[in-house]
Amino acid sequence: MDYEKIEKNALVRQRALKAVTYALLTLWAVLVLFPFYWMVLTSLKSYGAYNAEWVPKLYTLSPTLENYREAFTAVPLAGYFVNTIIFTVITTAAMLLVTVLAAFAFARLNFRGKNLAFTAFLALMMIPSELVVITNFVTITNLDLRNTFTGLILPSVTSVFYIYLLKENFAQIPDELYYAAKVDGTSDLKYLFKVMIPICRPTIITVTILKVIECWNAYVWPRLITDDESYFLVSNGIQAIRENGFGRDNIPAMMAAVVVISAPLILLFLIFRRKIMAGVSRGGVKG
Amino acid sequence: MEQNNYKGWLYLLPAAAFLGAFLVYPLIDVFIYSVEEGYNFASQTYWGVGGYNFSYVLHDPYFLQALKNTFILVLITVPVSTGLGLLISVGLASIRRLRELYQTVYFLPYVTNTLAVGLVFMILFKQTPYSDGFANLILSRFGAGPIDFIGGPYWAKMLVLCLYTVWVVMPFKVLILTSALASVDETYYNAARVDGTSKMRIFFKITLPMISPTVFYLIITGFIGAFKAYSDAVALFGTDLNAAEMNTIVGYIYDMLYGASGGYPSYASAAAVLLFAIVLTITCINLMVSKKHVHY
Amino acid sequence: MNVTLQNLTKKFPSRSKKGADVVAVDDFSFEIPDGKLIGLLGPSGCGKSTTLNLLSGLLKPTSGRIFFGEDDVTQLPPENRGVGLVFQNYALYPHLTVRQNITFPLENRKGKDRLTRRQREDMALEAAKLVQIEALMDRKPKELSGGQQQRVAIARALVKMPRILLLDEPLSNLDARLRLQTREEIRRIQRETGITTVFVTHDQEEAMSISDQIVVMKDGLVQQTGAPQAVYDDPKNLFVAKFLGTPPINVFDGQVQNGRLYIGSEAVLEVPGVSDQAVTAAVRPEGFILSDTGALTCRLSGVEVLGRDISVVSTHERCQNAAIRSIIPSQCQVGGPAVRFDLKPGKVFLFDAAGNRLF
Repeated sequence: MDYEKIEKNALVRQRALKAVTYALLTLWAVLVLFPFYWMVLTSLKSYGAYNAEWVPKLYTLSPTLENYREAFTAVPLAGYFVNTIIFTVITTAAMLLVTVLAAFAFARLNFRGKNLAFTAFLALMMIPSELVVITNFVTITNLDLRNTFTGLILPSVTSVFYIYLLKENFAQIPDELYYAAKVDGTSDLKYLFKVMIPICRPTIITVTILKVIECWNAYVWPRLITDDESYFLVSNGIQAIRENGFGRDNIPAMMAAVVVISAPLILLFLIFRRKIMAGVSRGGVKG
Repeated sequence: MEQNNYKGWLYLLPAAAFLGAFLVYPLIDVFIYSVEEGYNFASQTYWGVGGYNFSYVLHDPYFLQALKNTFILVLITVPVSTGLGLLISVGLASIRRLRELYQTVYFLPYVTNTLAVGLVFMILFKQTPYSDGFANLILSRFGAGPIDFIGGPYWAKMLVLCLYTVWVVMPFKVLILTSALASVDETYYNAARVDGTSKMRIFFKITLPMISPTVFYLIITGFIGAFKAYSDAVALFGTDLNAAEMNTIVGYIYDMLYGASGGYPSYASAAAVLLFAIVLTITCINLMVSKKHVHY
Repeated sequence: MNVTLQNLTKKFPSRSKKGADVVAVDDFSFEIPDGKLIGLLGPSGCGKSTTLNLLSGLLKPTSGRIFFGEDDVTQLPPENRGVGLVFQNYALYPHLTVRQNITFPLENRKGKDRLTRRQREDMALEAAKLVQIEALMDRKPKELSGGQQQRVAIARALVKMPRILLLDEPLSNLDARLRLQTREEIRRIQRETGITTVFVTHDQEEAMSISDQIVVMKDGLVQQTGAPQAVYDDPKNLFVAKFLGTPPINVFDGQVQNGRLYIGSEAVLEVPGVSDQAVTAAVRPEGFILSDTGALTCRLSGVEVLGRDISVVSTHERCQNAAIRSIIPSQCQVGGPAVRFDLKPGKVFLFDAAGNRLF
């Protein structure tokens, strides 16, 4: 056997494989990043310059922030933004309160019918939102809650999956802690807020972040329930901008709006990268 | 331990109220709607009970178009995204340097607004009187095009929709597959290497069977997700999807409910029940197949 | 085939960025004779597993060379070395049956080495017969006991007729009874196949009982090599003396004066040729002779009956062990608050302050 040749071949093959791997990974990274690059790039081109480019340019030498001014003045982008923040904050807060209480009941308290109720909760996880949105639409319309925050928020509060996630986490806290607190005369509610929530903070943060992402990207329900521009969220806003936005096809300004809308979540992601990725891999599904 | 009957339910009450009002009641109601014939939204009356709504939906050319679009989308994007996801995750698992950076980049589409980035995709692919767009610039390098991917032929539109869908679902798949790959004990690979197993064989004979439960989980959730496709299509082709021939089943449901052609919750319900039946069937088939092929 | 290790060194980069490299194996030279069973022995972290991985090719040495026979295989990838490796946790593929696990290495052969399905199955059956698992061929690994899994792993390593067989802690995942049985089994299989075999263990009893030669390692350095009995009878340093033997050797603080070993104020043994100095004296449990006029007086704590022998447990203020254990024939009578011993010359070793052998 020619050992030198085998050794050399093995080395060459290993290097080649590594090169191919990096090439493939880089290619996908470019494909992922390119739309982001393109939207930032386009948002920095002036309206005239953009429309003069029969062949799109991959760079710009005269960046302008004009489009951002346009995005905030010509369309109510700031309004969409504020609406979305209000919607996200209230929905997430309400969801947390409801979810934590329910998870606490399932994990810590004993009551008749608990197991049955929990099984029923789990079964609810299987229900696709498309099935229930129709009646919810009718309900909210009949309650005269269209174009109100109440109408936007109410059906978005529930989340069976987060209750499940939190309950599992709560259940890991040893019983002894609860009994010790009971002996010291701690009330259930105080125990929940002083002991369980601090211990389970990572899960609560994860759930919060996932819900914020969900709210920020919400499109279907807000679209059904709002037709008054002053209640639009960013998703509907961007759709409105796209369809009758700046009076003309002002794509750089549209891109400026897109950048503004995308930035908060991307920032949030870059800050809480590990938490978000860990949370999503534990069972978040885009939707 | 003592039983606090009323107390437990008290804590549960808010969740139960929300779920009851916005999940359980609507679930029952949607089935009722779907069999109420001639439901009038304004007066909230109907003629009778029967299968007419289903029959109407199944004969509606828009629904059939949506059905066809959805099936094409599912059949293309699920295998492509799962395969590509596997390829990328295996690549990621085999490197050390820059791995975190790649992982971070790959996850970005997950945290972006589907509608917003869809708009960017549309601009990249759209042909306008001022420009052929970026996609056509690339195509012309290969001597092809120009093609209007957004307002042009059906297959071109479908291609863009599939591309965008894959782009959107990849972060989740890569993330899940990467953690599945990381959980495979390294000694299996060492054992295989000592035995002179080729990389290909290691992947197909060891890695893939070991992570097969995760792969099937992704296929099942992938099918469910793709059947519910909607906002990606809206992002690319606007809200009037019927006109663009790019409607999906979910899009059809919403159109029936609301908008220019809306006001028919009965038809929407029938379509939703049909969608649910399709998804349920496909999921059951998937589960049966996975029982046979997932090894442990 | 004999295996030669020449000045083998493996360094791992430090975990912290500034720290020095960790030397897992330090300048290891050894020749493994053809067809022998070698036990690599040492406490955890001594570099024995690293040595095994260097032999298998899963790790590449920082410096030094490895020869299989005449062939320099130092840089050869593992797949070209023809080694059989049995992992500590067996690494049986959970989704494959026993038969598929055993034929797996054979299916990797390509080109002119390619085997027909029939050949593969025959070879697998032969290997299975050797380790006596031919009745379990269609089971999945999780349906087998630990001992059976171990056998499958050995069969999988043997089926490709390796030039050298490597076993990483082969017995550590088995219960005590199975361990005895399996180590005899390994010995038998090794004798029947005649394959040069290296196994790694932290259990000195295991290594002593079946190895033709043992290599005692500590902190990446080879302490001593040789036949088990020879190493036991003639340890080079205090570490080796302490590491080998059950019950462990009894270590005393002593003093040499005028060719005599003193433990406390009692002269216990003539040690000609050792200069006057403070020493560490180590006495094997079987090195004690019960005697009414014995030189070493210890306080008796108890007697453990072992059957043929008894183990006398006692204490002495100069002894570093918590208790002195001495093995004496069971017909001897022991009683009273104190016991007195004479020491057998060949069972007493003297070491200097650095732990090197003086006597």
